[in-house]
Amino acid sequence: MSGSREIVGKIKSVQNTRKVTRALEMVSASKIRKAQDRMEASRPYARMMRQVIGHLAHANPEYRHPFTIEREEVKRVGYIVVATDRGLCGGLNSNLFRKVLGELQGWKEKDVAPSLVVLGRKAAQYFNRIDVPIAGAAQGLGESPRIEDLIGIIKVMLDEYRKGELDRLYVVYNDFVNTMVQQVTIDPLLPLPPATEEPMLQYWDYLYEPDAESLLDDLLTRYIESLVYQATLENLASEHAARMVAMKNASDNANNLIDDLRLAYNKARQAAITQEISEIVGGAAAV
Amino acid sequence: MASTIHCDIVSAEGEIFSGEATMVFAKGEEGELGIAPRHAPLLTRLAPGQVRVETPEGDEKFFFVSGGMLEVQPHMVTVLADTAVRAQDLDEAAAVKAKEEAERALADRGAGMDFAQAQAQLAEAAAQLAALERLRKQLKH
Repeated sequence: MSGSREIVGKIKSVQNTRKVTRALEMVSASKIRKAQDRMEASRPYARMMRQVIGHLAHANPEYRHPFTIEREEVKRVGYIVVATDRGLCGGLNSNLFRKVLGELQGWKEKDVAPSLVVLGRKAAQYFNRIDVPIAGAAQGLGESPRIEDLIGIIKVMLDEYRKGELDRLYVVYNDFVNTMVQQVTIDPLLPLPPATEEPMLQYWDYLYEPDAESLLDDLLTRYIESLVYQATLENLASEHAARMVAMKNASDNANNLIDDLRLAYNKARQAAITQEISEIVGGAAAV
Repeated sequence: MASTIHCDIVSAEGEIFSGEATMVFAKGEEGELGIAPRHAPLLTRLAPGQVRVETPEGDEKFFFVSGGMLEVQPHMVTVLADTAVRAQDLDEAAAVKAKEEAERALADRGAGMDFAQAQAQLAEAAAQLAALERLRKQLKH
């Protein structure tokens, strides 16, 4: 009988685990929606920004901002790694880190030094353990990240780029394709690709207040910030989607486990009863 | 019919206004601006303050921006509003904070190592226990 009691205990514990995973699943499911809305809301800004930068590139072709100049020799590269603060989201973070490691390995072979800024507790923890210089970090962005939280880490990278200490800058994040699919994506941020819009028919230029250089610098900085902000939102939606799927799998596994344990319990119970009956019958026969 | 100019006000966190306007007023860095349809192309920084949009229906809409950029094309006005208050020294402070955060994370490295090691050891112990359990079960049968 002791065997069956043990099994009952195990069933209880698996049931409790299932309660937790179910709750997490439902919480994530409700948060995906909001995260997606936020993603949508951030798009017009980036679109307008691109439009203005496109206009500017046409109006002012003789001035080239450092951000738009491709450097021939690449000596150091920067990565902005966007990961989650919390775990329990399947292979989301590990896939991302693996991809980053692969990239770093590739640069190492070419003798290019990397520099990282990390977003999210998980990324900080992971890249702490390996020997990669971390220039900046931010964590605890929560459900509704704000641009303010990102300004610091982006500025760290942009300053290094301006000083010529970085020659390339990338952002790495999980692109939210749909609830089932999240794609690790590495987007180049700097140098900015040249604008490819239809040429304008006549020459014109803006009236600048105060001057073109500083305005362009501000614009491009904000543009980069909006790209990283979007990456953060994509990653947030991915996090909830991945957590929902992982927790659903966990709940399903718990169900299977409970079924198996029930079967084992019933078998143990039956065996005990059979044994008791045979003992009684044997006893009666002996009398 | 009075001519109009298309006005978009967007911030990184969402679209704030999009529609036709007969006149747009904003506080530029170098002074107040009033933009009528077919204004010359203009690009300027905005100072924190109000953006006022006069719609063709005769309404006035007010928006507060804490700064940003204003682009004028003959047929459209785009306000790229900042959501954060921006200033050189504030940005600098944010960058310093990010660096400090990284240093703090690096200072935790020892602790992080131990934690990771502990986790690995825990996983190993759990695996061993599971293997023992299985062995015991097999022996019972």
